[in-house]
Amino acid sequence: MTAAFEPWNETRGAEIIAEHANQEGATLVILHAIQEAFGYVPEAAIPMVAQALNLSRAEVHGVFTFYHDFRHKPAGRHVLKLCRAEACQAAGGDVLAARAEAKLGVSLGSTTPDHRVTLEPIYCLGLCATAPSAMLDGRLIGRLDQNRLDALVAEAQR
Amino acid sequence: MSLRLFVSRDAGAIAVGADEVALALVQAAATRGVAIEIVRTGSRGMYWLEPLVEVATPQGRIAFGPVTEADVPSLLDALASNTPHLLRLGATDEIPWLKRQTRLTFARCGVIDPRSLDDYRAHGGYKGFERAVSLGPDAILNEVTASGLRGRGGAGFPTGIKWKTVAQAKADRKFIVCNADEGDSGTFADRMIMEGDPFLVIEGMTIAGLTVGATEGYIYIRSEYPHAVEAMNAAIAAAKRGGYLGDKIGGSTSSFDLEVRVGAGAYVCGEETSLLESLEGRRGIVRAKPPLPAHHGLFGKPTVINNVLSFAAAPFILAEGAKAYADFGMGRSRGTMPIQLAGNIRHGGLFETAFGATLGELVDDIGGGTFTGRPVRAVQVGGPLGAYFPRALFDTPFDYEAFAARDGLIGHGGIVVFDDSVDMRKQARFAMEFCAIESCGKCTPCRIGSTRGVETIEKIINGERVAENLALVEDLCNTMKFGSLCALGGFTPYPVLSALKHFREDFVPAPSTLQAAE
Repeated sequence: MTAAFEPWNETRGAEIIAEHANQEGATLVILHAIQEAFGYVPEAAIPMVAQALNLSRAEVHGVFTFYHDFRHKPAGRHVLKLCRAEACQAAGGDVLAARAEAKLGVSLGSTTPDHRVTLEPIYCLGLCATAPSAMLDGRLIGRLDQNRLDALVAEAQR
Repeated sequence: MSLRLFVSRDAGAIAVGADEVALALVQAAATRGVAIEIVRTGSRGMYWLEPLVEVATPQGRIAFGPVTEADVPSLLDALASNTPHLLRLGATDEIPWLKRQTRLTFARCGVIDPRSLDDYRAHGGYKGFERAVSLGPDAILNEVTASGLRGRGGAGFPTGIKWKTVAQAKADRKFIVCNADEGDSGTFADRMIMEGDPFLVIEGMTIAGLTVGATEGYIYIRSEYPHAVEAMNAAIAAAKRGGYLGDKIGGSTSSFDLEVRVGAGAYVCGEETSLLESLEGRRGIVRAKPPLPAHHGLFGKPTVINNVLSFAAAPFILAEGAKAYADFGMGRSRGTMPIQLAGNIRHGGLFETAFGATLGELVDDIGGGTFTGRPVRAVQVGGPLGAYFPRALFDTPFDYEAFAARDGLIGHGGIVVFDDSVDMRKQARFAMEFCAIESCGKCTPCRIGSTRGVETIEKIINGERVAENLALVEDLCNTMKFGSLCALGGFTPYPVLSALKHFREDFVPAPSTLQAAE
C-alpha cells in the first residue's frame, strides 16, 4: 500500500501551517504535517513556516535539516526501512542489508533509478526480541530471513 | 456461549503476524458458525511465542503459541472439542518464564484491553491516583522518595528528589514531560507499556502533576513507534472522556491535561535537555546543565522530565505503598526493573524482576542462550552507549552500582546477545559511527571525536600501526568521556573501551592467525 501524496500546493500548505501554528513549539508538528500531506517538505514551505511562527528562515531550515525524518525530495513509491542497530546486527542484519542493497542495486539511503523503492536504514524499531526487523511503507516485519527479505524486496519493486 | 480469545496488538506481535492470525480466527469462526470475541491486548512479552493466542476458560486463560494463520483451523477445532493441540502451552500464568517474574509495572500488560478505561479500572487502575489525591503532595513525595525509585531512563537519578525540586520551585506554569524517545537498540519496554497499558503512563504522569503542581504534560514519542503514538492518543482521548484528564480530574479539585508530540528520528533527543529543545520546536541541541530542567525546563519553566517506566512505576508505589516496592531489589537499586532480552536470543522478551539477578542467569537461564544455538560470546547491556560484557563477567548482578563498578551501565535495561560469530572490531567501529551520525554537534569531543574514532578503528581493522592506533583510540575515548556535554559523547567510549578490554584478541590478532591469513 502506497500512501497517496498531494502535489505541492501553496494554498494547501498555508492551510496546514495555519492549522497547527497556534500550538506551542509548533515547528516539528508543522513539518510532520507538511510531509504527511506532500510526502516531503518542499523548499517553498520553509519561509512560509518561518513567517507563521515568527521565526527566521534559517531557524526553520536548521530544524528541518537536523532531523533524519524530514525529506528534501519525495521518496520512491515504496519505502523499505531496514533496522541497522545492534540487536538486529546480532541477529544477522548485516548480511540481510547487503542482500537488499545487491537486489535493489542501491545502497542504504538511496532510491532506485526507476523511483520505485527507497531503501533506508533505521536505528531501532523496538522489535529487538524478534530481530532482524524491517518496515515496508509503515508495515512492520520481524524475524526477517533471506526468504522474507526477498519477498519484501519483490513486493516493493512491484 | 461465545469463545473469548486474546491476541496481542503489540507492534512486536504484529510484526510476526498477529493481525493476520486475528483475522484468520474471525473468518474461520464465521465459516464454522462459532461465535467468538477477540480482545486485542498488549503483549505478555514472550516474543518467541508470538503470535500468542489465549482463550478464556473458567480456570483462567489458556495460551497457545506461536500460532500461524495455518494453525487457526486446527486450533478452533481443538477449542470446540476440548481436545489437545500441539501449540497448547497450558495456563498462561503458569508458564515458567512468566511465573518467575515480579510484574509490578507490567502487571496488566498483555492482560487488559489497552483501549478500555473500564478494563484498566477493573484491574486496579487509578487506585494509585485515588490514594495520591487523599495523601496530598507532601505525603506523595515521601512515598516516592521512600520507595527508592530511580530514573529508569538510564541515569538512575532518585525520582523523589527530582519531583521535590520541581514541587518547591515557584512559577506560574510547570510541566510534566514523559521521555518516550526510547532509541536504545535492545530496548522496547517503553513501547510495550505504551501499547499494552497506556493508562498507566497517564496515571503516573497525573500523579506527578498533582505532586508538583503542574497542570500540563507532554509525552514525546519517537516517530519509529507509530503504534505507541496511536495507543497513547487513544488512551488520552478515553481518559478525557472518562474525566481523568482535563478539569477536576477523577473527582478531585486538580486539573491536568496531556498531549502527545512525535519526534523526528534524532537519537540524541532521548537526552532530556535535547528533548526539551525539540519539544519547543528547535534543533535537538543539548543544553548545558545547570540550570536543571527541574528549575528551568520546558519553555523555561520548572519541569519534571522522566522516562516512561519511571512514571509507570508511580501508580504501584502509591497504590501499594513505598515499602511494597522497596522490599524488592538490592543495595541502592530498589524495586523491579523491566529487563529486555534481545538480539540473538532464544527466549527474547520482557522480563520484569527485582534488581539483583546476575547477567548469566538472565542471558543463559532465562534467555536460553542464542537462537542460532552457537555459544554466547558478548552481550551489550544498556543500549548503544552500554558496555560489551564477556562471559567472564556474567556474575555481575543487575544493579546500577554493580554495573558501574565494572565500567558498564544498565541504562534502560536492554541486553543484546551476540554469538561467537561477532567481530568486536566492527561493533567498536559501529559505536563510534552511530555517535557520529547522531551527535547534535554542540560539543567538540562528541562531534569530531566520533568521526576520528571511526577512522582510527578502521586503521586498526586494516592492520595499520595497530598498537599505536589502539593507544590513540583509548586516549580519544578518555577525551570524549570526560569532555562531552552529554551521555552520547560521554558514554560512546563504554562499548569501545569494553570491546578493547575484554575482546583484545579481535583487535590484536595472534601471530599464528596472521600467518594463516597470509
